[in-house]
Amino acid sequence: MKKFGKLLAATALMSATVMGSAYAKTLVYCSEGSPEGFDVAPYTAGTTFDASSKPLYNRLVEFKRGTSQVIPGLAESWEVSEDGLEYTFNLRKGVKFHTTSFFTPSRDFNADDVLFSFDRQRNADHPWYEYVPGISWEYFNGMSMPDLISDIVKVDDYTVKFILTRPEAPMVANLAMDFASIVSAEYADQLTASGTQEMLNQEPVGTGPFSFVAYQKDAVIRYAAHGDYWGGKQPIDDLVFAITTDAAVRGQKLKAGECHIAPYPNPADIEGLKADSNLVMMEQQGLNVGYLAYNTQVAPFDNAKVRKALNMAINKQAILDAVFQGAGSAAKNPIPPTMWSYNDAIVDDAYDPAASKAMLEAEGVSGLEMEVWAMPVQRPYNPNARRMAELIQADFAEVGVNVQIVSYEWGEYLARSKELDRKGAVLLGWTGDNGDPDNFLAVLLGCDGVGGSNRAQWCNEEFDALTLKAKTVSDAAERTKLYEEAQVVFKREAPWATIAHSTVFMPMSKKVKGYVMDPLGGHWFDGVDLDQ
Amino acid sequence: MFKFIISKLAMIVPTFFGITIVAFGFVRVLPGDPILALAGERGVKPERYQELLVQFGFDKPIWEQYFTYLVNLFQGDFGTSIATKRPVLDEFLTLFPATIELALCAIIFAVLLGIPAGIISAVKRGSWFDQTTMGIALAGYSMPIFWWGLLLIIFFSGTLGWTPVSGRISLLYYFPQVTGFMLIDSFLSGQQGAFKSAFMHLILPTIVLGTIPLAVIARQTRSAMLEVLGEDYVRTARAKGLGQMQVIGVHALRNALIPVITTIGLQVGVLLAGAILTETIFSWPGIGKWMVDSIFRRDYPSVQGGLVLIALIVMVVNLTVDVLYGFINPRIRHQ
Repeated sequence: MKKFGKLLAATALMSATVMGSAYAKTLVYCSEGSPEGFDVAPYTAGTTFDASSKPLYNRLVEFKRGTSQVIPGLAESWEVSEDGLEYTFNLRKGVKFHTTSFFTPSRDFNADDVLFSFDRQRNADHPWYEYVPGISWEYFNGMSMPDLISDIVKVDDYTVKFILTRPEAPMVANLAMDFASIVSAEYADQLTASGTQEMLNQEPVGTGPFSFVAYQKDAVIRYAAHGDYWGGKQPIDDLVFAITTDAAVRGQKLKAGECHIAPYPNPADIEGLKADSNLVMMEQQGLNVGYLAYNTQVAPFDNAKVRKALNMAINKQAILDAVFQGAGSAAKNPIPPTMWSYNDAIVDDAYDPAASKAMLEAEGVSGLEMEVWAMPVQRPYNPNARRMAELIQADFAEVGVNVQIVSYEWGEYLARSKELDRKGAVLLGWTGDNGDPDNFLAVLLGCDGVGGSNRAQWCNEEFDALTLKAKTVSDAAERTKLYEEAQVVFKREAPWATIAHSTVFMPMSKKVKGYVMDPLGGHWFDGVDLDQ
Repeated sequence: MFKFIISKLAMIVPTFFGITIVAFGFVRVLPGDPILALAGERGVKPERYQELLVQFGFDKPIWEQYFTYLVNLFQGDFGTSIATKRPVLDEFLTLFPATIELALCAIIFAVLLGIPAGIISAVKRGSWFDQTTMGIALAGYSMPIFWWGLLLIIFFSGTLGWTPVSGRISLLYYFPQVTGFMLIDSFLSGQQGAFKSAFMHLILPTIVLGTIPLAVIARQTRSAMLEVLGEDYVRTARAKGLGQMQVIGVHALRNALIPVITTIGLQVGVLLAGAILTETIFSWPGIGKWMVDSIFRRDYPSVQGGLVLIALIVMVVNLTVDVLYGFINPRIRHQ
């Protein structure tokens, strides 16, 4: 009976919402998949972040729309101590959490919410550390936060201090990342009191530009503009995610006017979508890199000249044409051109099979047999690894290197490619998390990553010293210089063949105004309007 | 009859245990690792990997994991999804009505078209109708579902604009789920146009999912009818001077339906398998799509829970068909 009453109330409320919003501006986004949940921090997938952290939450600092530049968010300002170990954040006052059918906040956002949001991730004794069975904080752990953060202190209601174990220049950028979204401690208390902690992941409450209305699993997510948003009310009234997993179907829905924006079009559909007079196609170079990593600890790939010679044998243009179908650009550095500190002065290894062959012979390499690993999945930085491996196989054959292509199931691939004695070279890539060069250079090529995320197993003292120093320096110009030098060392030593940076396409209805593509690959709808 | 039902039920018990073993073993034989799948390119440190192994219970011997799984299963606990952290049974029950609704519509579509087509083909054996229908049925049977679905979308939704591209109802309509069946819920909501929208959204997925069962039922009906039409009692009925409709409808069809009903029962498994692709094409939020996602994520509890639940449903449907068959054909229940 109680359930029936609740149902009636919900029906009345929803009918009122629908009737009241008969002329509401509703933006429909055909998303590519279902979110795993609505609490951001336990997850690592972009699809989940698009549906949770972007519309619903804020962070202490944010990335400025369309850039990877860090700007104030829930913290109005911050100071870094001389020794780089203490970050003090001055919190914004008057920030309201969402008022929804399941929660009415009695207070504004304050330091308790910040402490709650981070303590639950770093403190195993925290009552919310494992609030549903199996929950874990993989992004927080993956970014080495437990080792980096020594303590988080509430100075007063609107001041919070992060104390670090070592100086870390990318710290502020890290706090703009999705896992650092701020959740309501008051809402958490309400859920604890009612014994329904799991609802934090199903009925979320944040301070973001949109509030959560309803989720029909695997079908539709509904949001409403947050009327009391500290950044001002949004131009649209409602936001709807229509979950459409198939790219061809997303394209059809866009053409039929069933959605306004649809991400990740099929490469083959791009021309057709561009030709549709009701649509516009935005494009941007992705913050990513696709590469072939040699195992620099195994002969003959421990010789930089051999690696360099092989790089000269790869016809990148053919790969761009066949694999990226024009939706990519050749990579010469391990970071994409849109990232600050990109060293444009570096000259790429020219495609020259004859010179490559001569170099290999000069190094005494003949009749070389090697493996090239092809990823079994499609990724933004490599839409078809098998095809790419075949092209590289043909290129290497021209210089007398016999390639055997191997592949494993994705999890196996990631695990086995870390092995120090791995045979051959692996195709892999990376999409940036926070727009900081450290997130590429140190993570993928630092000595700490050997046996892990450094698939080239490459530990170069000169390179490592440069990136480690850049981590401790807070002056942007000095950091830029250090990273530029690191790229010179990288190019000279050639632990990878840098293949390509992909272009990201975003088709949308002409009615959509003010959409800005995110270089970090997310999808944001704050500030977006619709022509009625 | 009671004995017959009990004997059928008794067969279900070992089958159920067999299925739990297969479901439990199947996901573990698949290459891949749920923890690595969870971590993605960013990877996971070895010590963290160990922690997670313990947390998920994967550090225990395989027999112990199976035993725990079985004990939990009998307490109605199908485990918690690694990806969504929600109980597997909750997820399944949330999505199941969508699949049932689609499967029911597909089977109704297949039966309503398949049986008459089969009858007419048998009666007019060798005619242009028979040859065309059976040709189409063969094509329908061999049609790749994914291609067929996309083709219908491009033609009916894209070019003609008659049907919506995907989903269960227009996004304009918004009401709470009461039964989970969109046709019923949209009707109950009282919102103008909601029922029509739900119906229009069902048309293409129903055709796509119903195509193979339609082909099978039409062919089965035709061959069963042909067999029956040659029987002595049909000849006798005709000799008695009964009308064509009476001979076919009363004497022939009732006997020909027996194998057809078995075929319809067997199609339930086919429908659930076909639903995986159909749901993916039409963004239909049912269990098929959920299973595919779970397999990709190596979400052990969801995959094994889903397999056991689907198998249970297929077993129950087959049991029902067997019982029904017993009612129709007394020879079976007395065997």
